[in-house]
Order: sequence, then structure tokens, then C-alpha cells
Amino acid sequence: MIIAVVSGKGGAGQTTLSVGLTQAWVNLGRPVQLLDCDVAEPNCHLFLPHQVSRTVPVPVPMPEIDTQLCNHCGMCARICEYNAILCTKDRMEVSEDLCHACGACVELCPQDAISETPLNIGQIIHATSGPAPLTYGLLDVGQTRAQPLIFALKHLIDPARINVLDAPPGTSCSVVETVRGADFICLVAEPTPFGLYGLQLAHEALTELGLPTGIVLSRMGLGDRRIHEFADQHGIEIYAEIPDDRRIAQSQDRGQPLWSVAAEYQDLLRSLAERIEQRVTSCAS
Amino acid sequence: MKVGVACLGSSLTDEVSPQFGRCPFFLIVDSETMKYQAIDNPGAAASGAAGPAAVNELVNNNVEAVLAGEFGPKAQHALDLAGVRAIIASGPAQQAVAEL
Repeated sequence: MIIAVVSGKGGAGQTTLSVGLTQAWVNLGRPVQLLDCDVAEPNCHLFLPHQVSRTVPVPVPMPEIDTQLCNHCGMCARICEYNAILCTKDRMEVSEDLCHACGACVELCPQDAISETPLNIGQIIHATSGPAPLTYGLLDVGQTRAQPLIFALKHLIDPARINVLDAPPGTSCSVVETVRGADFICLVAEPTPFGLYGLQLAHEALTELGLPTGIVLSRMGLGDRRIHEFADQHGIEIYAEIPDDRRIAQSQDRGQPLWSVAAEYQDLLRSLAERIEQRVTSCAS
Repeated sequence: MKVGVACLGSSLTDEVSPQFGRCPFFLIVDSETMKYQAIDNPGAAASGAAGPAAVNELVNNNVEAVLAGEFGPKAQHALDLAGVRAIIASGPAQQAVAEL
């Protein structure tokens, strides 16, 4: 089972919820693992005591042009969707920043002058937190390509476990890459105008995937009821409402998860986890 | 000299574009005879790296210099690599070329 925790806006509480759900499932005795796919700024590990077991670099194939074979026909530059190749009369240049490593230039070069060499873009860090594996991607500073790292993380999805995926904030390609193939999308939002806007964007982007979706509201007590109206209009269920509680902010500042704030939040997370499980099971049958 | 003018329209009376990479057209102008040809800028609709896309197209058209109101960093780098001179210009394209 794959649960993706998503928000159109950063700071809504995805990490809080990803960590909380993981701990709830551990508490319920389910086999669970947490995959932090917010590879530009992973932070689930900050809230969980853990031990790193190994670190694996993740390379992408970068095109390399053989200047002896290249006749500067310009085919590679023309077909490159990302305009990563510059072809002049006497020089060729591949921009590592722009290249998405799609391999089209390698396939289509009439001179067979382009080969691929690996370029590391980041690493995957394997750790364990109690009974739950915790794995996160860490993109190298200056790198913009998150998807290959997320793709590598998703290879670690274990069908025998509940896999909690903490998605990057927003609605970019890296979010879609994270969510693709999930059994349930947990949309997190604050009941503020910004929160509503983020939720609308996320809903619009992800509705195409047609996956079972539920909303978890954070910092309830702020803002207004417009998110409830939005949820009603679009037939999305609100699964849980986490209040705007000063104790949560204080514990976050100490690097402590929602689970350890109060018994009432353990109950909330447990019943949320159970509801999600029921929904996924009922969708599957 | 053959110059590429980033242009808001497809004729010499149109204004030089304030942007290089995202301008709608390039006029390929012979600065001696003022004969010209308008081409679409493939960078105009590019999802990213409009500058390099535009430079690739201009290099195919053998220009020695390009005119625009402003050049982005990626465009500037690509022009340097291609050995094409970047010249800041404004006003009607015809006048900008005549002032070279």
C-alpha cells in the first residue's frame, strides 16, 4: 500500500503528517516504511530518532559528444526538448543544468557521436527508525533534477509494507513523480486563503491521476470554512482536522513529532491511519 | 554583415524586442543591402532555455551579430561560445541596424 502525502503549498504540515502516520502504523503493529521524497529539502529524519545504515549515490546519464565523430549537423540541438545542447559551426556544448537525461540525442545522432557518462546528482540515505525503515533522497546543492532521485527512492517501495511517501511541496513534476502509482493521496492544507489556493492547485494537478484522495486540515481555528466548501463541491472527504495548537508548534521547534505532543493526537493519527487503510482496502476490493 | 534582430514584428519597421530569448521573431538582415527575412523564434514558446534555443537557430542562419534590448545569462553564454556579438538596441529594427 502506497500513501502519498501532498500539499500544493509548503509549510502545510506534510512532514508532520507523514511522520505521524508512520508512527501511528508502527503503533498499530503494521509493517510500515517512510520514504521522504522531498529530496531538495528532506526533513522527516529531523523528527525521528534514526540510525543511518548506508548512503548510495544516484547518477544520471549525461550525453558526451565525441568531437572526432561529430559533424555539427545540429540534429541533437534541434530535437532536444530542453534546449540543453548548443551547436555552432565548430563547437558543441551540453549544459548539465538543462539536460534531463532523456537520451533522445544519443538515439538520434546520425553520426553515433554521442555516448553517455554518469553524473551524480544526489544520494539515497538508508536509515531505520525503530521497526520502520526511513529512507530519504538528498539532492546535491545546485542540482535541479529531483525526479531521477525520486524515481530511485520509489524503487524501494515494499509491497509487503505500508509505504508513506512525503511529497515535495507544490505541484511540479517531482510531485507528480512521487504520487504516480500511489493508492491514496492525503492532501494537507491550512484553512487559510493561501491554503485553499494550494489545495486547489494540488487537486487540479492530481485529479488527472484519478486516485482516491482525502483531505487533512492543519491549524484548524485559523482562517475560514472555504476549504470545507471546496471539499463539499468536489466530493473530497475531510479525513481529519488538526487544531492550531501552540503545543504542536513548540514540539516542532524541539524536533519532536506530533505523536509525542499529547495522547489526543495519537488517537487522531491512529484513527486517520485506520480510515486510510479502510479506504484503500475498499477501493481494492 | 549578416545580423539577427530580435523583433516584436516580422518587418523592419517593427520595434526591436526588449528581450532576446523570448522575442516572437528574428529578422535576418544584411546590413549593407537592408535585405531581410523574418523567421520564427523557436525560443518564444520553449518551456525553458529560450536563449540557447534562439542562438541555435541564429547560428544556423550564419549571423555575425544579434540585436535586442536585453540578453539573459544563458543566451549570453551561448552567444559567446558561438562567437556571435550581442548588441543592445531599441527602436525600429531598420534604424537600429542602420546605426551599427
